[in-house]
Amino acid sequence: MNLFDVLLLSLLDGISYAGLLFLVALGLTFIFGVVRIMNVAHGSLYAFGGYGAASLGLWLGQDAGSTSLSIALLLMGAISVGCILGTVLMLLLKQFQHRDPILQLLVTFGAFMIFEDLQRLLWGSQPYFVSDVVTNMGTSELKGVTYTNYQLFFVPCAAVAVFVALRWFLNKTLAGKQIIAVTHDREVATALGINAKRIAYLTFLVGAILGALGGALASPTTSLVPGIGADMIVLSFAVVASAGLGQVTGALITALMIGLARSFCVYFAPEMEVVMPYLIMVAVLLVRPQGLFTVVQARKI
Amino acid sequence: MKPKAIGQFGTKLILTCALALSPLLAFADSKPTAIKIGITTFISGPASVFGMPAKAAADLYLEQLNASGGIKGVKVEPIFIDEGVGGDRLLSEYRRVVQEQQAAVMIASISSGNCNTLAPVAEDLKVVNLLWDCGTEKALENHAYRYVFRPQANAVTEMVSSVIYLLQTKPDFKTIAVVNQDYAWGRDSWEIFSRTLKQLKPDVQVVAELFPRFGASDFSAEVSRLQVLRPDVVLSTSWGGDLDTFIRQASQRGLLQKSQFFLPLGETSLERLGSAVPDGVLVGARGDHYFLNPQYANDARHGQFVKEFKARTGTYPIYSAYHMVQALDATVAAYSKAISANGDKWPDEEQLADAFRGLEFRGLTSGVRIRPEDGQGLEPQLFGVTAASNQFKFKVLKDIVLISPDGVTTPPGMKTQEWLGTLSPELITEIKAVRAQP
Repeated sequence: MNLFDVLLLSLLDGISYAGLLFLVALGLTFIFGVVRIMNVAHGSLYAFGGYGAASLGLWLGQDAGSTSLSIALLLMGAISVGCILGTVLMLLLKQFQHRDPILQLLVTFGAFMIFEDLQRLLWGSQPYFVSDVVTNMGTSELKGVTYTNYQLFFVPCAAVAVFVALRWFLNKTLAGKQIIAVTHDREVATALGINAKRIAYLTFLVGAILGALGGALASPTTSLVPGIGADMIVLSFAVVASAGLGQVTGALITALMIGLARSFCVYFAPEMEVVMPYLIMVAVLLVRPQGLFTVVQARKI
Repeated sequence: MKPKAIGQFGTKLILTCALALSPLLAFADSKPTAIKIGITTFISGPASVFGMPAKAAADLYLEQLNASGGIKGVKVEPIFIDEGVGGDRLLSEYRRVVQEQQAAVMIASISSGNCNTLAPVAEDLKVVNLLWDCGTEKALENHAYRYVFRPQANAVTEMVSSVIYLLQTKPDFKTIAVVNQDYAWGRDSWEIFSRTLKQLKPDVQVVAELFPRFGASDFSAEVSRLQVLRPDVVLSTSWGGDLDTFIRQASQRGLLQKSQFFLPLGETSLERLGSAVPDGVLVGARGDHYFLNPQYANDARHGQFVKEFKARTGTYPIYSAYHMVQALDATVAAYSKAISANGDKWPDEEQLADAFRGLEFRGLTSGVRIRPEDGQGLEPQLFGVTAASNQFKFKVLKDIVLISPDGVTTPPGMKTQEWLGTLSPELITEIKAVRAQP
């Protein structure tokens, strides 16, 4: 097996994981734009999105054999979880919006712990999953290695679709432009007549839905267990920190870098797999402490 | 205060003190009002896949025991401690239960790390401690504890018999790859397995050693690499969500059809994995307990337990539930032994500890013997091959064989690393795997 084949295979392996990571990290970055703190409870959105989608799938779509129904259930699960939990979190953070950012960070951390227990209360501690959609989509073979179409095409396409849709939304629609304006400078945006509260709520919801979507798309291939939220928040933080806060394109590229680095490691240095995302983060932050893709910011006086 | 009042006050004080001390005084050789048993198990964290079924088994067992009069008429009260809280907090909880709540027996724990930590503490506190589910042989080896025992097998028995089962079932395999969780059990079990394999079949080539992160959610790259390497055998001693995810992703991509899978802890995942497991996967059970073990399928007590456990939890019992029952049965057996050795009087902690030495008892499956030399339990190991069943929605084991612990366990007084070095290929034919019969 030559080097080119190995590179190709690990590219294919890494791409679906990178897709999920991108969605979650994007949500995190989005929420940061509004509340200006790292929302630790974003990990719960990922976990609840997964559990919610799996429950909907078990409840409505089990053994239905319909791929489009399964996909619709995944999306519905993500959107409903994102809206409900997003609103709860937003209302909670509102109580603390003029307090010390450290305190707000701790509030999201507390919310994360509560959600983690709530999740165990609702779904128990036994691994949980529905994987009909993956089986329905079938497999493809490449160089003697079998891939599921779900991981090879569906997840990466979904991530790219979200990316394109979001870019379009932010750049072409009025609400999107208002989001950019509020994220960039809330005071000026308000002065220009934008309803910053409404826009902030919208942004928060979009971020929350993205986090939940990551979980929902992960649920057919992975077991949902207590603690998956914590793992994801750490990794997506690594993505966001390396990319630079608020960078959509940056998050996509960094998620790809981390996803691919992990799968390369499995071929060349399996022992390094675990630390790879953090090595990348450290390397990036040493060279560019503001993140890879951060643009120059105007200094406020 | 008048002198008389002082006198009354003094009498009251003495009476109060006497009342407060009375449980301690009564402890000597008359029966206590209740036996408190401290049980550490994972109620939170990933290992609660073992911890929760075991807790359910303990509740079920103790309800029945107490309904039938407890141990010699004394009721047993469990005090559960969550192992998921980790290191220091677990340690202080453990001490609190022994010292303040006066637990007479501690049943701890699932995690090998916790067993290594708690065993010397139990010895210090002079309280009987049963290592009820952890695998590490290091917890007992060369320690000469007086109060610490293991009412179940250890990792050496489990892994050496796994190698022998594999070599007897698939004698001609040339290559093997391992995918284990990156933590103590994943590393240690592979260490024993690969050492043994090298001794018994030196020409086997290890083509990949993969240790994905504990709790990993994506095994795409591992599965692809294994598809490229095409090893004859893929071994994984993983468990819980990690094993489920790995098997699911490998199965979705057809890897289980290309390589022979061997999962020494697979019994715990079969029910959850449903049809994701193909036929023909080799599976172990960490002991001889399996709810369909033909030897005990018609056993009244075992059958009743499986039925009630299923009714209560909605699932069939896995090995941790059996290990819990084993620890409780060992406790009951040791009390009976100690009481009759003590002329029908209630034993003190030392007499109770002595009763565990060389104790023979039966849990729900085969009898277990606790070695007098080091307190290590000896139980047979069960292996089988997955097959579809028209009775269950998930795969069950067929062609079930049992390997007895003699000859596959480090002899007392020896170090495992040295003993493994003395193994030779003859062991494959010397050790007879017995087909489990009804």
